[in-house]
Amino acid sequence: MQFHSPDTIEQAIELLDESRGINRILAGGTDVLVQLRLKLATPDLIVDIKHIDGMRDIRAENGGFRIGAAVSGAEMEEHAALKSLWPGVVEAMALVGSTQVQGRATLTGNLCNASPAADSVPAMVAAQAVATIVGPKGARTCPVLDIPAGPGQTTLQKAEIITSIYLPARPQNSGDAYLRFIPRTEMDIAVSAAGVSLTLDGNDVVTDAKVALGAVAPTVLSLDGVAETLIGTKLDADTLAKLQSTCAAACKPIDDRRGTIAFRTKTAGVLAKRAALIAYIRAGGTK
Amino acid sequence: MSKIHVTTSINGDSVEYLCEPDESLLDVLRNHVGLTGAKEGCSTGDCGACSVTLDGRLVCSCLVLGAEAEGREITTIEGMADGDALHPLQRHILEGAALQCGICTPGILIAAKALLEKNPDPSEVEVRYWLAGNLCRCTGYDKIIRAVLNAAAEMRGA
Repeated sequence: MQFHSPDTIEQAIELLDESRGINRILAGGTDVLVQLRLKLATPDLIVDIKHIDGMRDIRAENGGFRIGAAVSGAEMEEHAALKSLWPGVVEAMALVGSTQVQGRATLTGNLCNASPAADSVPAMVAAQAVATIVGPKGARTCPVLDIPAGPGQTTLQKAEIITSIYLPARPQNSGDAYLRFIPRTEMDIAVSAAGVSLTLDGNDVVTDAKVALGAVAPTVLSLDGVAETLIGTKLDADTLAKLQSTCAAACKPIDDRRGTIAFRTKTAGVLAKRAALIAYIRAGGTK
Repeated sequence: MSKIHVTTSINGDSVEYLCEPDESLLDVLRNHVGLTGAKEGCSTGDCGACSVTLDGRLVCSCLVLGAEAEGREITTIEGMADGDALHPLQRHILEGAALQCGICTPGILIAAKALLEKNPDPSEVEVRYWLAGNLCRCTGYDKIIRAVLNAAAEMRGA
């Protein structure tokens, strides 16, 4: 195995492009090193991207924030302005692993590891986050929603690197939230999860809504139709019941030792309802 | 595989070592540098027994490559006591009998020290959440949490 820590993105792409074997991009390493240790992957090449300009920065940009691919969860949690704009995304990332894992794990890594249960991904999808990708053919952007292709699989092409994730600006009276079910209080993997982002008008009426579910399908689910249910309401009981049933109907989960199909389906709907209420209050709504 | 030459700082001392590209920082510390305070529990980042700080940030050394430590600053349990004078956390763990087999203790001390540097007056709940990634299979945690809270109180001069 070769280890490189290039100073420029061009060098990193060249290394990956020329590699004929298995390679891994290293940022926080909290998934890559586990793969190495458990021999789930035996890479020929590891490219550490932490020394490349911008990878470790959180930058304000057009009212939103650009989060470099090597920014840790702990650094996001300590960034007051980011936390205040997108609290749901930050809290979702903060649920990944222990304090130790938070010291290294990254938003981009959580996305690229492509676990259906990745905590930050439903929150990012609800936030309409966009990844910037650089590869041999240049740079492109892609909605976070379109990165996961299946468990452990992404739509990234050979030698492409996600360099940052952009969380957009948002109107006044907006809020987001993420909730997951785990059988314990800490240190576990989501059995089901929901991310919700809402915008209200000045009178507590929902004007925009995004809902995404995690761990209930091979990839994150974006519930595009649900906006119609929520828009124009004040999240009254009927609306919330409809949200819950729409979410449950969209679930295509697996049965495994962490949760049955029935349990995942039921809890995903309940979590979406509860996350919507938190997002609503964060957006300034009264309940 | 060709070995990688790394120059880093460990507990304030400049240290050089040669490591394999796929060797973890934990293995480097234990097998090349002779610092065996960090323990290998799970080797997959679940148990916290290998906790160290990297540029001041609490991490599992099993989830860091030795090669990544180039130019960084590492602190381990060996750097905690000041000569023979134990750190208040170490003293309270001992006095409170907050250990049995001791495998998790270095990791718990490093993690607790990182917590108190960030938050000198944590609540019991905050200590429990912070240390959720440090598994202890002997004590039931209660004495550990108490020792951390007592050390925090002493360090605040309370």
